[in-house]
Amino acid sequence: MLTYLRRSLLLALVLTVVLGFVYGLVGTGVAQALFPFQANGSITKNGSAIIGQNWNGYSTSKILDPQWFHGRPDADDPLVANGKPGFSGAANLGPRSKVLRTEVHALVIAWHRVGVDPTTDLVTTSGSGLDPDITPQDALVQVPMVAKATGIPPTRLRSLIAHETHGPELGFLGSSVVNVLQLNEALARLR
Amino acid sequence: MDFAWTVLVLVALVALAWRFLGAYMVAVYETRVHFLGFVERPIYRLIGTAPDREQTWKRYATSLLVFSGVFLLVDYLIFRVQGSLLLDPQHLGAVPPALSWNTAVSFVTNTNWQNYAGETTMSYFSQMGALIVQQFVSAAVGIAVAIALVRGFARKGSPTIGNFWVDTVRGCLYLLLPVAFVFGIVFVGQGAVQTLAGPAHVTDALNGVTQTIPRGPAGFMETIKELGTNGGGFFNANGADPFENPTGLTNLLSIALILCIPVALTYVFGRMVGALRQGVAVLAAMTIIFGAWTAFTTYAEHQPNPAVAAAGVVHQPTGNMEGKEVRFGDTQSALYDVASTQTSTGSVDGSNDSYNPMGGFGLLTGMMLGEVSPGGVGSGLYTILLFAILAVFIGGLMIGRTPEYLGKKIQAREVKLAGLGILVMPITVLVLTGIAVSIHAGRAGPLNAGPHGFTEILYAFTSQTNNNGSAFAGLTGNHAFYNVTGGIAMLMGRFAVIVPTLALAGTLAAKKVVPESAGTFRTDNTMFVGLLIAVILIVGGLTFFPAVALGPIVEQLSHGRFFGVSLAHLAAVAHVVAADLPGGIAHWSAVP
Repeated sequence: MLTYLRRSLLLALVLTVVLGFVYGLVGTGVAQALFPFQANGSITKNGSAIIGQNWNGYSTSKILDPQWFHGRPDADDPLVANGKPGFSGAANLGPRSKVLRTEVHALVIAWHRVGVDPTTDLVTTSGSGLDPDITPQDALVQVPMVAKATGIPPTRLRSLIAHETHGPELGFLGSSVVNVLQLNEALARLR
Repeated sequence: MDFAWTVLVLVALVALAWRFLGAYMVAVYETRVHFLGFVERPIYRLIGTAPDREQTWKRYATSLLVFSGVFLLVDYLIFRVQGSLLLDPQHLGAVPPALSWNTAVSFVTNTNWQNYAGETTMSYFSQMGALIVQQFVSAAVGIAVAIALVRGFARKGSPTIGNFWVDTVRGCLYLLLPVAFVFGIVFVGQGAVQTLAGPAHVTDALNGVTQTIPRGPAGFMETIKELGTNGGGFFNANGADPFENPTGLTNLLSIALILCIPVALTYVFGRMVGALRQGVAVLAAMTIIFGAWTAFTTYAEHQPNPAVAAAGVVHQPTGNMEGKEVRFGDTQSALYDVASTQTSTGSVDGSNDSYNPMGGFGLLTGMMLGEVSPGGVGSGLYTILLFAILAVFIGGLMIGRTPEYLGKKIQAREVKLAGLGILVMPITVLVLTGIAVSIHAGRAGPLNAGPHGFTEILYAFTSQTNNNGSAFAGLTGNHAFYNVTGGIAMLMGRFAVIVPTLALAGTLAAKKVVPESAGTFRTDNTMFVGLLIAVILIVGGLTFFPAVALGPIVEQLSHGRFFGVSLAHLAAVAHVVAADLPGGIAHWSAVP
């Protein structure tokens, strides 16, 4: 029995060093050397291109700011201000949940108030709560709202969306998407 | 069309893995690969073993149990003292005892059930020094057991089944480490984070919002998480988090990584027993079940979400997008989640809890079949071989002959061991679910009320006992009751199956081979594949149908009815997560 214990302990220590720290640290080194921008979170001056744009308090009680395009609502206002590390995750409400029905209904009303007939994505929360993307359709339905608030002609906005639409990757992977942060940065340049 | 292409490319990738990764694995476990000998040999010298020192099944099993026990203790201690160790830039402090127990068991058993949110609980030291290490080691241990069982079939009159230490070390060094490392680089190139620098603080000049963005060494964890069918992610949102699974390409690669070793093991099996057709027959049964479940679940998720429709968005052309990411879409999310639930991986790229009732049914029942289609690394193959023994036994009864499998007589002892290995899982799941719904602490777990809440509990125990780790994440598992019972479920599902499997390997290895005759029951033809699938479906159906009827089936049939939030849950978690609920706790309590 002692032999088993001694072997187990020694092997546990060796494997912890090799598979944990050597793997993790060499991996970090290689990642930082080859892809420093991505490895550090693709941070741009307005946020992370990967995590996308956060709308503080994108919730049913707030009024949507009509001057910008909006992404998907957050499950629990993740990545809120105050310097507290953010918390990713979904709302986890079931498909026959009264709460989900109420939340979605409130969002539909909020969108109607700014003259937008929302698509599914604009009133449902994502799997991560951080979804950086919307579909081109999700962006197009917001065009009348943004056009009215900014005075930019709808045709300009539509070509902006077309320009910011990426994918699907390799022609079939995932959906056509618009990164909300990049779309709004492009919009800021127009104004 | 996009979905058809995805499936086609995936099939091509997995077929390549079957042929070439499979052949490479045969070479690894027959100790014909040596390029990391400079690391391998000193390890054997240190622990005092060598590749030619073979073990009986009892010594193999004892080594496995002691090794897993020691590692469990080491990981538990790391979580408890992480606050005093290095690499804790967020000053997260020690993990509480019950949660440390559950997490240590979870990673040692290849389950990766997570009753915590990674970015707010685990220091970089714990993530790298405990969790990632187990994602390699528990996977290698699972594969070692499968290899030992295959040797049992392949050998004649042999007292030994291999060397546990050598099999485990070789699996880690030659198989898991290189593949995970190479794909780690690809994932980071696509946008996964890999840094030790701690959270970033950025102010968005456009809308004035300041974000704190959690970061960490997540990219390289992601690849071993999928390759080892582990499933435990760095961040709470797991494979839905853009920092773990940034693009459609990484999503596809994740699915391929999940499937490649379980599928390749059928090649290893066929090669090592000297008849590739035997491996193909097992693979065919796995593929048919997987294909049927994928079609069913993807179809269900392409349907509208009933609650969203009732709220006024009737037209949902993109399917049920509640809890799913736009960059993956409904069907590719569903494909990922099916692959993950049917391989005991348990990673998610969307919220399983928000799946349509029949989508959730697909995920749940995929696990209930015992994780054999194609199942976890190692565990998938050894579990389906237990079913195969049961299938030849039933086939033998029908025609009145002593059954044989691969030339080995299947007698009372073999059938008893196989039966034991198969029954441990359903008994554990049903007993623990029964206890959970009978006591207050158990009923306080689910977030959703009604049949969905029951499904959350049933799903939790099914997932943990099958060493999957996938969750209907509305369930709050971080309480003493779920931490402790979940730990028991995971230990039962892992070791109470492994020990009979190794015993079986021992008795089979010792047997002589019966020469094939005209009356031999063929196990490499369509008839056998059909019989094997039937046995898997009948065992799963008979044991779980009543339980499933109370969950997703009732939910599917409740047209027009909607259910609130569990009040017991709200009372239990109010002090913990009030701040995390949308709109605050008052809003939730007031929901009609």
